[in-house]
Amino acid sequence: MKTHLFPAQLTAALVLLLAGSGASAPATRAAEGPGSARPGGAPIAPELPLEVAVLTRAPNVPPPIGRKHAAKVVVNLEVKEVTQRLADGVDYTFWTFGGEVPGLFIRVREGDVVEFHLNNHPSSKMPHNIDLHAVTGPGGGAASSFTAPGHSSQFTFTALNSGLFVYHCATAPVPMHISNGMYGLILVEPKEGLPPADREYYVMQGDIYTQGATNESGLQAFDNVKATDERPTYVVFNGSVGSLVGDKALQANVGEVVRLYFGVGGPNLTSSFHVIGEIFDRVWMEGGMKQVQENVQTTMVPAGGSSILEFKVDVPGTFILVDHALSRAFNKGALGMLKVTGPENRRLYSGKEIDEVYLGQQSAAGSAASTREAQLVAQKAEAMAKNPEIANLTKDIQLERGKKVFLSACFACHLQEGQGLPGVFPPLAGSDYLKADKERAVRTVLKGLSGPITVNGKPYNNVMPPQEFSDDQVADVLTYVMNSWGNAYGSVSSDEVKRLRRAGQ
Amino acid sequence: MPSNLHRLVAVLALTLVVSAAAARAEDAAPPAPSGMVVIPAGNYAPLIRTKDEPERVPVPAYALDERPVTNAEFLAFVHANPKWQRSRVSPLFADPGYLADWTGDTELGPRVPATSPVVRVSWFAARAYAAWAGKRLPRTAEWEHAAAAGFTTANGATEPGFPAHALTWFARPTPDTLPAAGLGRPNFYGARDLLSLVWEWVDDFNTAMVSGESRGDTGLERTLFCGAGAAGARDLTNYPAFMRAGLRSSLRASYVVPNLGFRCAQSITP
Repeated sequence: MKTHLFPAQLTAALVLLLAGSGASAPATRAAEGPGSARPGGAPIAPELPLEVAVLTRAPNVPPPIGRKHAAKVVVNLEVKEVTQRLADGVDYTFWTFGGEVPGLFIRVREGDVVEFHLNNHPSSKMPHNIDLHAVTGPGGGAASSFTAPGHSSQFTFTALNSGLFVYHCATAPVPMHISNGMYGLILVEPKEGLPPADREYYVMQGDIYTQGATNESGLQAFDNVKATDERPTYVVFNGSVGSLVGDKALQANVGEVVRLYFGVGGPNLTSSFHVIGEIFDRVWMEGGMKQVQENVQTTMVPAGGSSILEFKVDVPGTFILVDHALSRAFNKGALGMLKVTGPENRRLYSGKEIDEVYLGQQSAAGSAASTREAQLVAQKAEAMAKNPEIANLTKDIQLERGKKVFLSACFACHLQEGQGLPGVFPPLAGSDYLKADKERAVRTVLKGLSGPITVNGKPYNNVMPPQEFSDDQVADVLTYVMNSWGNAYGSVSSDEVKRLRRAGQ
Repeated sequence: MPSNLHRLVAVLALTLVVSAAAARAEDAAPPAPSGMVVIPAGNYAPLIRTKDEPERVPVPAYALDERPVTNAEFLAFVHANPKWQRSRVSPLFADPGYLADWTGDTELGPRVPATSPVVRVSWFAARAYAAWAGKRLPRTAEWEHAAAAGFTTANGATEPGFPAHALTWFARPTPDTLPAAGLGRPNFYGARDLLSLVWEWVDDFNTAMVSGESRGDTGLERTLFCGAGAAGARDLTNYPAFMRAGLRSSLRASYVVPNLGFRCAQSITP
């Protein structure tokens, strides 16, 4: 967007044009007569060049001013009550500055004279006004902009102080007017301007109090009890849940400097604003122009306050904007996205390099005491394994467990006594095939077996499916099979099973 | 509280309830004129007041229209009083949007049902209508006293669900075509649509907060702004009452608003 500069010789003509062009002209009333009382006197600052402010919908920000001199800037803001999506399946009647939540972004320069027109749409139920924190004067303009439905008000102020300021409706009951969406930001650039940034975005947080619970569908009405108790059902960025996600995410390219003009409308909650995966290189704290803090993780922005946040995006990915009071982000909607595209920089951020099993207590790490304990536990296990009495008991236990496993699955085909079904299911009792290769037996249980085999001289051609047993269960059931019905083929340990399972992968 | 005093209070309260109910049920003298309901005597506690103003204002019994004035009724008025027709009305008494949704001076047109409440009328016009009908506009205290009732009790603020109900009107934008007047659920006194159809003019709307044309001359109006709006207010949870006070103080007598109508009142002479 262009900044409109008006040379002095054109200014007078423009003023005439505006005055003569009827209802659509921003600087004039729709009709003269009793409906448009003009309490003011002569025009203010007629010597300044006149321009009409460019207003933008969030997340967009008007272009930098660029001017090196003051101007008289006309701001036209329409107040409108609109029913819009608050969350999926949830509608809400928002009261807005410009049909949008947050209200349209206003950008002027320190020293500018701002002629402000507040137009309250005829369909509005409520009278409204505007309190701009950038205004020095009673009510921040509210006292001069109280406007009935179907009327408009005008007042003029000089932007004395540079900074990022909240504006809001200040009509009673003001918590309801603000919760319903009546807030926005006005940036008063310092005379020397702001340093350039590649991307400028506009994000505002607000808390909403619906009579229905969070995500209860339908058109929701305001709940003044929840508001009084400061128990919001929604905490959102830019007026609705999901306003900055998916297709609507903020965009940037690797290497760009992103600047966020962040404000909190409230009415009640202070934001712990944070961008996951980024560090704010610079923060103009509280929206002021003198103090710039560096390397900030989370910045606190009060209700009715603001902050300017700037960071260079060095690596690609999706960065999440949150209120780090995280129930608000997780449950109530205070979540947005910044999508950064461009080449990876693995030196700055590698992505996942290793994903492997972590064995907890068995890991080598730990204190000297726990290392010593592990050694003693191992010694004890070794001593027990060498003790024939304990070893026999261990084998007996294993056989009992193995029998249970056998009776839960294997017996269906191999039958209870391991005799099999001649020509269909091979026998296990007295099986030369089983006796010949213990490891093959383990692999058969783990992976199944299909195709022709010969057992005890007889051909079999069938399918055995893989068994969903743990390593212990495989060891137990094979040990049982190899030591039952007259078999004495030795035993299988779960370590052997584990090794073969891994080798087979 | 001593128990006998407690009992006395209970008996007194019961007596009040019974007498109010009797006034309503038997239409105790004098009866309400046709189309009106009797609002029994009571008190109005001003929402915002200065130190010199009383905490409670007594409100004598009076009669109030059961519903807002309709387009058909206002059409009869402008037939009988041509100077209040759209093309003839003095610009001093009504802004350019006066009856702008009608198709002509004496034609309502398709978007303006005869049974819907008349809107886009100035305070001057509403007052003239009331005088023509042999009535007057209700005063703020009278209107607020009538609207403080719930559906089943004289005090809507303590009636379960009623305060939330009073906020639901604000969740809906004004429809292009207003529904018919008189269909709302009657409140405890039998009045309908007080909180759920249109705003309504009151006779002394300009005493709500504004003492004159000059803004800020008394500081009264400024107390409505921002957190300062709470200073001096009585019931900070009554958001609809704040909004009505806000609307009234935003008006001037010649203003016309697309969702602002009126109903009439009558004093009851014993």
